[in-house]
Amino acid sequence: MRDTVEIRWHGRGGQGAKTAALLLADVAFQTGRYVQGFPEYGPERMGAPITAYNRISRSAIRIHSNIYQPDYVAVVDETLLHSVNVTDGLKPGGAVIINTSKTTEEVRPLLKGYKGAVYTVNARAISERTLGRNFPNTPMLAAVTAVTGVMDKESFFREIRASFTHKFARKPEVIEGNMKALEAAYAAVENELEAQTCVRRSA
Amino acid sequence: MNHFERDSETAVKKSREIRDRMSGNEAVAHAIRQIDPDVMPAFPITPSTEIPQMVSTFIANGEIGTEFIPVESEHSAMSAAIGAEAAGARTITATSSAGLALMWEELLLAASNRLPVVLALVNRTLSGPININCDHSDGMGARDTGWIQIYAENNQEAYDNYIQAFPIAEDPRVHLPVMICQDGFITSHAVENISLLEDEAVKAFVGQYDPEEFLLNPGKPVSVGPYAISDYSMEAKKAQEDAMERAGSVILETADRFCRISGRQYGFFEEYRTEDADYVLLLMGSAAGTAKAAVDRLREQGVRAGVIKLRVFRPFPAAELAEAVRRTGCKALAILDRCESYNGVGGPLGSEVTQALYRAKVYTETVNYIYGLAGRDFTVDHVFGIVDELQAVAEGRCKAPDHKYIGLRS
Repeated sequence: MRDTVEIRWHGRGGQGAKTAALLLADVAFQTGRYVQGFPEYGPERMGAPITAYNRISRSAIRIHSNIYQPDYVAVVDETLLHSVNVTDGLKPGGAVIINTSKTTEEVRPLLKGYKGAVYTVNARAISERTLGRNFPNTPMLAAVTAVTGVMDKESFFREIRASFTHKFARKPEVIEGNMKALEAAYAAVENELEAQTCVRRSA
Repeated sequence: MNHFERDSETAVKKSREIRDRMSGNEAVAHAIRQIDPDVMPAFPITPSTEIPQMVSTFIANGEIGTEFIPVESEHSAMSAAIGAEAAGARTITATSSAGLALMWEELLLAASNRLPVVLALVNRTLSGPININCDHSDGMGARDTGWIQIYAENNQEAYDNYIQAFPIAEDPRVHLPVMICQDGFITSHAVENISLLEDEAVKAFVGQYDPEEFLLNPGKPVSVGPYAISDYSMEAKKAQEDAMERAGSVILETADRFCRISGRQYGFFEEYRTEDADYVLLLMGSAAGTAKAAVDRLREQGVRAGVIKLRVFRPFPAAELAEAVRRTGCKALAILDRCESYNGVGGPLGSEVTQALYRAKVYTETVNYIYGLAGRDFTVDHVFGIVDELQAVAEGRCKAPDHKYIGLRS
């Protein structure tokens, strides 16, 4: 991991992009990192485009501004691809991670000429299968962790379970569903990472 | 227990460091839980709503014994705070923006009746256009209400300043209300690392509130908020001003005592890499962190830049600030306001700092920048632009603009 990793989340109000950013900050803190997780609010209403941010660093973080040249971008709602230039400022060598049922090849034309790495995860399907409802932020959190490598897999699952146990102390019945959602998304992205690496090697 | 008895052995014992992560609002709520004040009247307003919300949860869970008064407006919140504090109860509240504006009349009453209420202000712009994001126009609007004002760069400072507020406000030499300010959303809603103190260390540091005079004291009746004819009103106001002047040394004493339990030293302001600086930025709040990060990068390129972060705005440390600017020997100084005064010549910090410099005969070039209004982002690139302009001014390539906006859409 480089000294500081900067991540920008795009979502719509009510989908939990902010919560995902705060949870990522939480688990990264538990692995000994300096962290920031913060939202940027536009109009306060369900469905409006929102942005949230993470800085995860080996050293203390002093900057308090939004992130314009992120290392990674997470898109929690694929309909934003039509209205928001999600890869704006994305650093070369970074990646965009998109919640969609489409393949990487199918979404790339929507990315306004972006040439870098793209990973897709069907967070909606995973959430509906494991949680019975569409909470795309939980699978997206696992996908972002897998792609960015801000912590190893074992630490992530250990710390996120601890975090859920605290967060859902009053409704522990939802913990296992959330863990399954994370595991499914992490596995899907691991497969895609592997597949893309193979494609690059054979190219 | 009076102020001096707070300085017992337990109060100066260094606390164990508890590493955690939380938002600025959580940090203030955590401090409130540790202090366990007597009364909290509050009315919710973004972005400070989480503070009374979290405190209500602590009360509901039986973690603290604070009496929460749900009121119908901020006007009532400050009125209830004044009543509770006058009755002898340690009283707090929290608000933002229009909420503080609606308290205006009572802010003056709290200060002039010398009631040490502690208010957590989560800075948000005032309307209009209506907007929920950060600038300092709410706090600056209350700058002449007689409250002590202390500003924070991050969640750590919001927590540390909040704990120090009580010994400052309640000191018999001061007896003034304190506003502990932090930037709305930028720090209030940002989860960051923080070093917390042990509950016992905070309790010992803050001590028991034992006011010398209070309403519910049959042995020593007092009158609060009486009418005063012109024969006496002016003396009362001068006595209040004297208390504000005395607050300066109490703020520094409290900072030294806080350092003994926390290891973190505070003052009126922080000087960051200013020793040999040619170009200095003077500002308050979260933007100071961004400015420090930018200064580090400029120094790597050989540009000698520095930052003075003002922490205590009321009382205004005019002589000390001017001396700090003189010490840098800087060629040009940028004074940054996150607020507009609508006077045609600059912001409040710009006016007060240049006055301080003139009185101390420090005649360096200054530029007053207005930035970050209504949540407009302030970045390291903005700092680079400011330092470029200061260089041009110092080298005589351009005349110093007296009042200039940063980050405005073209």
